[in-house]
Amino acid sequence: MAKRVASVDKKRCAACGACLSACPKGAVSVHKGCYAVISADVCVGCGKCGKVCPAGCITVKERETNEA
Amino acid sequence: MKRKWYDYLWIWTIVYFALGFFNILFAWLGMIDFLVPLGFALFGGNKYFCNRFCGRGQLFAKLGGSCKCSRNKPTPNWIASKWFRYGFLVFFLTMFAVMIFNTYLVAAGAENLKEALKLFWMFRVPWGWTYTAGLVPDWIAQFAFGFYSMMLTSTLIGLIVMVLFRPRSWCAFCPMGTMTQMICKIKNRGERE
Repeated sequence: MAKRVASVDKKRCAACGACLSACPKGAVSVHKGCYAVISADVCVGCGKCGKVCPAGCITVKERETNEA
Repeated sequence: MKRKWYDYLWIWTIVYFALGFFNILFAWLGMIDFLVPLGFALFGGNKYFCNRFCGRGQLFAKLGGSCKCSRNKPTPNWIASKWFRYGFLVFFLTMFAVMIFNTYLVAAGAENLKEALKLFWMFRVPWGWTYTAGLVPDWIAQFAFGFYSMMLTSTLIGLIVMVLFRPRSWCAFCPMGTMTQMICKIKNRGERE
């Protein structure tokens, strides 16, 4: 499991899906047109989604040890 | 990742704007980009249009990404803020209503057809070569000029923010995106992930 994981600020997310096409692992989905969701067990924490996010709402954080 | 047919919809955006240089009536085709996202949101409760089928978003991603026409700087926080997004949506819908009203005035015979574009809601650009008077009822042509002006203006704004900030910075405050997300939020309210 990668040490880092992307996290979405749902309040700022525009659900545009720029992150979808940027993710090399297919770890991102847009939940019912409302906000992006990162599948934590697939995410490798590369941060490509955060670099393209137009709303700047994705940050890569250290994975919590107890996180799945 | 394997490319799908819809990954090439950026070509549609270029074709759409190119057609408007030859015959303004093609501007009506832009209604597809207006109605399809609303259809997805209203009936499907999703933003598949923004996520997969938006040619404009793809074009920005391409020009700003692989063509390196973007500074790739973070979009300023205020642009992606709620008040700006909703404010811009209200402004855009108001301008849309004004455009519809102008079409109505021409249909009612109160105004003459103006064969010009209005860019950034201010600058009149003569565009008469794209239309032969009398080809269709005047109001149909008036709507085409108005709608194309709106489409071109929003794309130009999108290109400016693409260069200044991130490739798809426009998506942070795109009125269609804000409107469809709002519909999805209302449709899916009370639901948790």
